[in-house]
Amino acid sequence: MKQALLSICAAALGLAAAGSASAATTLETVKARGKLVCGVSLATPGFAAPDDKGRMQGFDADICRSIAAAVFGDGDKVEFVPTNINTRFQALQSGEIDVLSRQTTHTFSRDASLGLDFGPTVFYDGQGLMVPKSLGVSSAKELTEAAICTLPGTTTAQNISDFFRAINGKFELVVFESPDENRAAFYSGRCEAITSDRSDLASIRAVANNPADYIVLPETISKEPLAPAFRQNDSQWGDIVSWSVWMLMAAEEKGITQANVDEKLKSEDPDVQRMLGATEELGKMLGLDNKWGYNVIKSVGNYGEVFERNVGEGTKLGLTRGPNALWNAGGLIYSPPIR
Amino acid sequence: MADVQMLVLAPPQPAPTAQRFGKLSAYFGTPGNTIISMLSIAGMFFIAKLAFGWLVIDAVFSGAGEACKAASGACWPFVVQKLRYMVFGFYPYEEQWRPLLALLLLFSVCGVSMVPRFWSRNLLLVWIVVILPVLYILMAGGVFGLTPVATTSWGGLPLSFMLSFVGLTLALPLGIVLALARASNLPAIRVLAVGFIEIVRGVPLISILFMATVMLPLFMPDGVTIDKLVRAQVAIILFASAYIAEIVRGGLQDVPAGQVEAGKSLGLHYWQVMRKIVLPQALKKVIPPMVGLFIGFFQDTTLVTIVGLVDFLDTVRAAIRDPEWQGIAVLEGYLVAAAVYFTFSALMGAYSRFLERYFRTTHA
Repeated sequence: MKQALLSICAAALGLAAAGSASAATTLETVKARGKLVCGVSLATPGFAAPDDKGRMQGFDADICRSIAAAVFGDGDKVEFVPTNINTRFQALQSGEIDVLSRQTTHTFSRDASLGLDFGPTVFYDGQGLMVPKSLGVSSAKELTEAAICTLPGTTTAQNISDFFRAINGKFELVVFESPDENRAAFYSGRCEAITSDRSDLASIRAVANNPADYIVLPETISKEPLAPAFRQNDSQWGDIVSWSVWMLMAAEEKGITQANVDEKLKSEDPDVQRMLGATEELGKMLGLDNKWGYNVIKSVGNYGEVFERNVGEGTKLGLTRGPNALWNAGGLIYSPPIR
Repeated sequence: MADVQMLVLAPPQPAPTAQRFGKLSAYFGTPGNTIISMLSIAGMFFIAKLAFGWLVIDAVFSGAGEACKAASGACWPFVVQKLRYMVFGFYPYEEQWRPLLALLLLFSVCGVSMVPRFWSRNLLLVWIVVILPVLYILMAGGVFGLTPVATTSWGGLPLSFMLSFVGLTLALPLGIVLALARASNLPAIRVLAVGFIEIVRGVPLISILFMATVMLPLFMPDGVTIDKLVRAQVAIILFASAYIAEIVRGGLQDVPAGQVEAGKSLGLHYWQVMRKIVLPQALKKVIPPMVGLFIGFFQDTTLVTIVGLVDFLDTVRAAIRDPEWQGIAVLEGYLVAAAVYFTFSALMGAYSRFLERYFRTTHA
């Protein structure tokens, strides 16, 4: 028995990935590997979901591509690792992934206790409620003794309990294990309302037989700023993740798009020149190629393009920009100056 | 002597009837039986009609999600469009001939290995020295000009088959060794085996998978990582071996002690007695429960989804959540999964019945 066990252990170690020296920074590890390993969700349409060819598409996936473009100049040098709610943080802690871009809410306790740090918020989400129009309700406060469908395990159930406790309302929570069951239960009338993040409600509404029969109530009962996460104590890597995201936002502000980025190289605007690496040497300060900004925009476009392509009004999700508009257009998307 | 005489004089048994479903009178002999038979036939007809209507008549054979949404039948364009993803998952699209080849190779070699005429010690050697490395090289690449594909990109059917086939193939010898250890005369070995088996059986597979994928990496030194797939695979092997050991032990207990003593008195040593006398009889007896366990484990490998490995059921789930098909092709997706799992489970069951017939020896 011992021999059998030993031989299995030996086989396991034989297949083990070659351990990189512990002293290497994340950037060195990523460069030596030749690709970025990015943790995403397996199937959240609009954020990260495989297309027919098994290629990851979506908002979160494009965040990964922008970081890869900053490091390698090629947005396709990414290996996507599907993570689930249970394994996502551990995958980051153990070094299995370099960055986690998986609709993860930036919260105090995660930041403080999990050995990781968060980059800039890439998507401002919040929990909402959706009801059939026929219910005749226009505010969540009017829901009395309603059955509410939801998924287990996340903070969603806690938020809804807190909300109703605060207004002394009564409700009944109906929990389903899978998104498919959850949605089917709501549409079959098992629940009066369904609760989830507003972006998720939009995708649930999109598959209704007649989406116009359902409305998302105006209340946003929680703050869900979704941000990429990385291991703490590696400031250089944190800077690369953060500034890749900010580059997307700054590009939208400056009107640089995937299509016109080549023309913009000749722009007279000193900000644009710095961002695209035409003047000064900002990239070097991060340990990157000086054209990192150009590469990011060339491979995924600016923030607005990423948003519209994956979750915007032209897609099945059909989300409006809302809080995710630029700061000078009434939203919260704001990049520090790139200079 | 009298007994023998009587046996010889007993009237010959009637030859078994050729009818596959027995005599007609068994179904329509009495009014009660007739009613039950008629109701059953009507029920089967009704279900067949429903299924045919859904699968063929009302089904949609071309078009996109909108066409399926309008129709009441099956949505075949979904299956056609998503099949390749469901089977191969995230494996790079241009390289998917490799997992396809690996699957075909695995099937054909399994098929050959199932024929008793080819059983030999060499077959086992071929498996270990040739087949498994070839499968691994096909999937992982990195040599002979094949693009390297990290195990994190493996998924779908090849992953499910690898986890269950490799898992059970390696768990079987380990389980037999554990069963022998548990029946050993040496207390130290016996206690170790009992301890291992009881600990593993006392914990659900999910928690062992969690330990292997979530806890283990935190105990490893910085920078050393064992591939996640390998961790899950080892967890499955250890888990399955404990259950196999208990089944084999049941078979061992069925072999009369006199046979072991007889073997020893002939001068055979322990391993000879086990290999030539005890195990052949014991293993033959435990084929039905063993195949039951194998089928169960084949389906249990879907649990690896919880630790972030993308098995076949997971790729099916991901496919039905595509925005274009979301909420439209849920049933179709799960039916594809059910059909695949049913087919392979049924094949295993059929093979086990063949083995039982093959090994049926006539002493009684």
